[in-house]
Amino acid sequence: MFCFDTVVICAVVVQPVVLLVEMPGRGGSWVFVPATLVTVLLLETAVPVQAKNFEDVRCKCICPPYRNISGHIYNKNVTQKDCTCLHVVEPMPVPGHDVEAYCLLCECKYEERSSNTIKVTIIIYLSVVGALLLYMLFLLLVDPLIRKHDPYTQPLHNEEDSEEMRPRAESGSARGNTVLERVEGAQQRWKKQVQEQRKTVFDRHKLLS
Amino acid sequence: MESEQLYHRGYCRNSYNSIASASSDEELLDGAGIVMDFHTTEDDNLLDGDAASRGSNYTMSNGGGGPSSSTHLLDFLEEPIPGVGTYDDFHTIDWVREKCKDRERHRKINSKKKESAWEFTKSLYDAWSGWLVVTLTGLASGALAGLIDIAADWMNDLKEGVCLSAMWFNHEQCCWTSNETTFAERDKCPQWKSWAELILGQAEGPGSYIMNYFMYIYWALSFAFLAVCLVKVFAPYACGSGIPEIKTILSGFIIRGYLGKWTLMIKTITLVLAVASGLSLGKEGPLVHVACCCGNIFSYLFPKYSKNEAKKREVLSAASAAGVSVAFGAPIGGVLFSLEEVSYYFPLKTLWRSFFAALVAAFVLRSINPFGNSRLVLFYVEYHTPWYIFELLPFILLGVFGGLWGAFFIRANIAWCRRRKSTRFGKYPVLEVILVAAITAVVAFPNPYTRQNTSELIKELFTDCGPLESSQLCQYRSQMNGSKAFTDNPNRPAGPGVYSAMWQLCLALIFKIIMTIFTFGLKVPSGLFIPSMAIGAIAGRIVGIAMEQLAYYHHDWFLFKEWCEVGADCITPGLYAMVGAAACLGGVTRMTVSLVVIVFELTGGLEYIVPLMAAVMTSKWVGDAFGREGIYEAHIRLNGYPFLDAKEEFTHTTLARDVMRPRSSDPPLAVLTQDDLTVEELQSVINETSYNGFPVIVSKESQRLVGFALRRDITIAIENARRKQEGILLNSRVYFTQHAPTLPADSPRPLKLRSILDMSPFTVTDHTPMEIVVDIFRKLGLRQCLVTHNGIVLGIITKKNILEHLEELKQHTEPLAPSWYYHKKRYPSSHGSNGEPRSRVHHVQLIRSFQDGRREEDEEEVCLLNGSNL
Repeated sequence: MFCFDTVVICAVVVQPVVLLVEMPGRGGSWVFVPATLVTVLLLETAVPVQAKNFEDVRCKCICPPYRNISGHIYNKNVTQKDCTCLHVVEPMPVPGHDVEAYCLLCECKYEERSSNTIKVTIIIYLSVVGALLLYMLFLLLVDPLIRKHDPYTQPLHNEEDSEEMRPRAESGSARGNTVLERVEGAQQRWKKQVQEQRKTVFDRHKLLS
Repeated sequence: MESEQLYHRGYCRNSYNSIASASSDEELLDGAGIVMDFHTTEDDNLLDGDAASRGSNYTMSNGGGGPSSSTHLLDFLEEPIPGVGTYDDFHTIDWVREKCKDRERHRKINSKKKESAWEFTKSLYDAWSGWLVVTLTGLASGALAGLIDIAADWMNDLKEGVCLSAMWFNHEQCCWTSNETTFAERDKCPQWKSWAELILGQAEGPGSYIMNYFMYIYWALSFAFLAVCLVKVFAPYACGSGIPEIKTILSGFIIRGYLGKWTLMIKTITLVLAVASGLSLGKEGPLVHVACCCGNIFSYLFPKYSKNEAKKREVLSAASAAGVSVAFGAPIGGVLFSLEEVSYYFPLKTLWRSFFAALVAAFVLRSINPFGNSRLVLFYVEYHTPWYIFELLPFILLGVFGGLWGAFFIRANIAWCRRRKSTRFGKYPVLEVILVAAITAVVAFPNPYTRQNTSELIKELFTDCGPLESSQLCQYRSQMNGSKAFTDNPNRPAGPGVYSAMWQLCLALIFKIIMTIFTFGLKVPSGLFIPSMAIGAIAGRIVGIAMEQLAYYHHDWFLFKEWCEVGADCITPGLYAMVGAAACLGGVTRMTVSLVVIVFELTGGLEYIVPLMAAVMTSKWVGDAFGREGIYEAHIRLNGYPFLDAKEEFTHTTLARDVMRPRSSDPPLAVLTQDDLTVEELQSVINETSYNGFPVIVSKESQRLVGFALRRDITIAIENARRKQEGILLNSRVYFTQHAPTLPADSPRPLKLRSILDMSPFTVTDHTPMEIVVDIFRKLGLRQCLVTHNGIVLGIITKKNILEHLEELKQHTEPLAPSWYYHKKRYPSSHGSNGEPRSRVHHVQLIRSFQDGRREEDEEEVCLLNGSNL
C-alpha cells in the first residue's frame, strides 16, 4: 500500500515534467525551451517597469584613506546624474576647503541590477533541479519496482497481452490513443537512447573520454 | 574558389542528362556553358540510348524531393522515398550531396515562387529562415548564459554561507545596499551569514573555521555528486567540454543526440553545479556546446535546415560564435573563434550570420546583466597605463611559460585520459568525480586564492592596485605621508601582505596545474578556458610583481632608468596577469587571432594588442615545438573521431592507388551491376558485407562505372518497394538504368532503383597524387571517392582510409628514397612489366564477390564503433 502511494505521488509530480520534456520529442511542438526562454525574457523586460525599486539601483562611492580619515564606502540611492561624490558622501568628513581634494580621490560608480531577474532565475533553476532530482529518484528507485511485476504478469495474461500489445505497437508508431500512452512511448524511446549513450560513453569509451 | 569549381564540375556532370533532355525547366541555366560530358562509348549508348528523346531528369537527390518529371507514371520510386538521403548515427555526411540537395530545393522554391502569393510567402520565409534561426539561437544562448551565470554565482557562494534577507542573492548581491560595509572588509555585511555563524553562532575562531571548512567540502561534494548523477542518468553526452565533438560534428559527422534537448537541459543544469562545486573547470567551453544545442534545436523549426545536414552545420557555426560571445563577452572574438577553431566550412554568408548571432547573444546577456556591473563577464578590466618596449621581454618569457604549460598539459592530460579510456579505472566515473572534487575542496579551502571562484580570482589578478583596492595583493608598504602618494600610484616596495600573497599564489599555481590535468575529462561539463587563464594569470601576476619590485629596487639600471623614474608608475602587474592568461590559453588551445581579440575585448584597450600578440605567438611556437596539436585536436585523435584537419599539410608523395581499398592482397571490390541482379542477390550482398556503399557498374564484361549507391538507401528503397509496390518478389530484377531490361515474359515485376543512384560519384584516377586527393576531401568534404583506371573502377577511398593513411605516415616517416622506389617496394604496382595494366580481375571480381560477400571498404564508423553494427 505504501509503495503504491509513493508511486502515485511520484507519478503526479513527475508527469507534468515528463509531459513538458517529452512532448517536444513528438516533433513539431518545441514548446518547452522557447517557452522558458520567453518567460525569462518577458520577466526581463517587465521587471524594470515596475521595479526600479529601492534595492535595484545604487551609487557606490569608495573613498580611500585621506590624511587621518580612514577609507570609507558610501552607498546611496540616487539617479545616475547625481552619482557624484558631492551628492553621495554624507556627512562629508572633511572641512569645506578640503572637499574638492577628498572628492577627487573617491570613485563613484552607478550600478544597476535586477533583483527580480535573480530571484526568478534562481527559482526556475532550483525547481528544474528539484524536478530532475525527483524524476531521477523515480527512475532509479520506483520504476524498477513497477517493472518488476511485468515478468509475473506477462506469462499469465499472455494471450490478452499479445492482443493488447499489437494495437499498442501499431499505435506507438503512428499515434498513441491517450496522452499518457504517448508519453509512455516517448519515455521508452528516450530511455533506450540514453541507454545507448551511456554504453557509448561509459562502457565502450568511444566518445568523450 | 577551387572547391567551388570542383563542385560545379561535379554537379554538372550529374545533370548533363537534364541538359540533354531539353526540358523546359529553369535548371538549364545552371548547367549552361559547361562542356557536356558525353563520352559516348558503347556502354553509354546502352545506358542512355534515348535519353535525349525523353524528358527524363536524373537526379541524385531524393530526400529533398527532387523533380520527378518522369514519363513513367507508374514509377513509384521516382517519388522521393522517405528516409533516403539521411544518415545513420556515427556516419559521415557527404557535403557535396547535401549541397546538391539544397540547390535542388532552392531551385524548386524559386520556380514556384511566381505561382501564387502563398508560394511567394513561402519563398520569403525560406529566404529569411537563415537569419531567423540565428536570431533565435542568439536569444536562447544569451538567455541561457545569463541563467548559468546567475545560478553559478549563487551556488558558488552557497558553499560559504547564505543570505538571510533574501535566499536567492549571492554574497555580493546580498550586501548590495548594505551601509555597514567598511573599506577594509568590504565584502562583509550583517545580512550575509557564513555557515559557522548560522550553525555555531560565532563568526571567528578555530571552531567556526572548521565548521566553514566542513560545510565547504560538504557542498562541493554534493554539487559534484548531483552533477555527475544527472549526467549519468539523463544525458551522458552532456559531459566534457564538447568542443572536440562539435569540431568533429561541424566537419561532417553525425552524433545523434549530442545536440539534443536533453543534452541541452542537463548540460545547462550540471554546468552550474560543476562550476559551483569548486572543481578546477570553467563554463566557457560548455557554453559553446549549449549554444550549439540551441542552434540545432531551433534549426528543426525550419525545413531548410532540419532536412539538410550541411546547412545545419552553417547554423551550428554561427551558434558556436554566439557561445563564445556570451562566454567572454567578446562578440568579435566569438566570430573569429568559430572561424579559426571550430568551423570546417565557413563561407561568407555564415560569417555574417555568426556575426549577427554573436551580436544578438551579447545583447541579450547584457540586458540580463548577470553580474550587476553592466558587463558581460566578471573579469572585465580597464587599463589606462602605457607599456614600455623593454617589457616585451617579460611578455615573451610569459609566452614561453604558456607554451611549456600548454605542451605539458596536453601530454599529461592525454596520458591520463588514455588511461581512463583503456583501463578499468574508467569504469567508475562517479567515484572519480567525487574523489577529485573532495581533493580539490580539501586542498583549496585553506588558500584564499583557490577557495574563491576562479573567475573572481582572475578578476582580482587582472585588477591593478589602485588606492581603492584593499586586497592582500595590494598591501604595499605605504609611503603616504600625505595625499600625494595616491595621485599617481607609483611603484612601491612590497609590504608583508604582498609577500604572503606571493607564497599563496605560488601554491595556488601548483595546485591549479595539478588539478586541471585531472579535472579536464571528468564526466561532468568541464571547460578549459578558465583554469588555463587562471594559471596564466597567477604566473603573470607573480612575474609582474617581481618586475615591479626589480624596477623599484634597481631603478638605476639602464633599462629602468630611461622609463621608470623614481616615483613614477611604469610596471602594471595586472597587465602581466592578462598577458600570462592569454599565453597559457594560447599554449593549450593553439589559437592565435581569436584569442588575442577575445582578450582585448575583455580589456577594452587597443594598446595592449602588441604584448598580447607577442606572448600568444611565442606560446604557440614553443608549444608547437613539443607537439603540433592543440588540446582539442589531441582529444579528437584520442577518441578516434573522423576529423580531417584542414590546417595540416599533406607533404607525402603517395598516390591514390596506394591508399585505395581493396589492397592488392585483399579480396576484390564488391560492386553491383546495373541491370542483372535480383532483389535476393542484392540483399545477400548487403547482408554479407558491412560496407556503406557500393559502386554500380555497367556489366561484368565492361566494368565501367555507372554510379554509386549507398547501403542505407538501398535497404530503405527495397523495404519501401516491398511495402508499397506489388509484385516485387525475391527474384525480381533490380535495375539502375532508365528503362527496364528486357525480361522473359513470366518473370516478376522488376524493381527500379534509379532514384537512389548517385550518378555523379567523385572519381580520381589511380595515379592521382594523394596530395590532391586529400585536398579534395578536405575542401569538398567528400565521404568517399572512387578510383578508376581507364574508366574502370579499381577501388575506393574513404575518409577513414585517408585518416588511416595519415596516421600510418605519421608513424613511419617516409624514407628519402624517390617515390617510385618506395612504391615499388611497398606496394606491388598494378602495372605489368610492359607498362600495361595488369588484368583487372585482380581488382574487380564480380561474380564471386556476390557469393562470398567480399568486401569493399566503406565503413565510416572508423574506430568509433568497431565491431558493433548499429
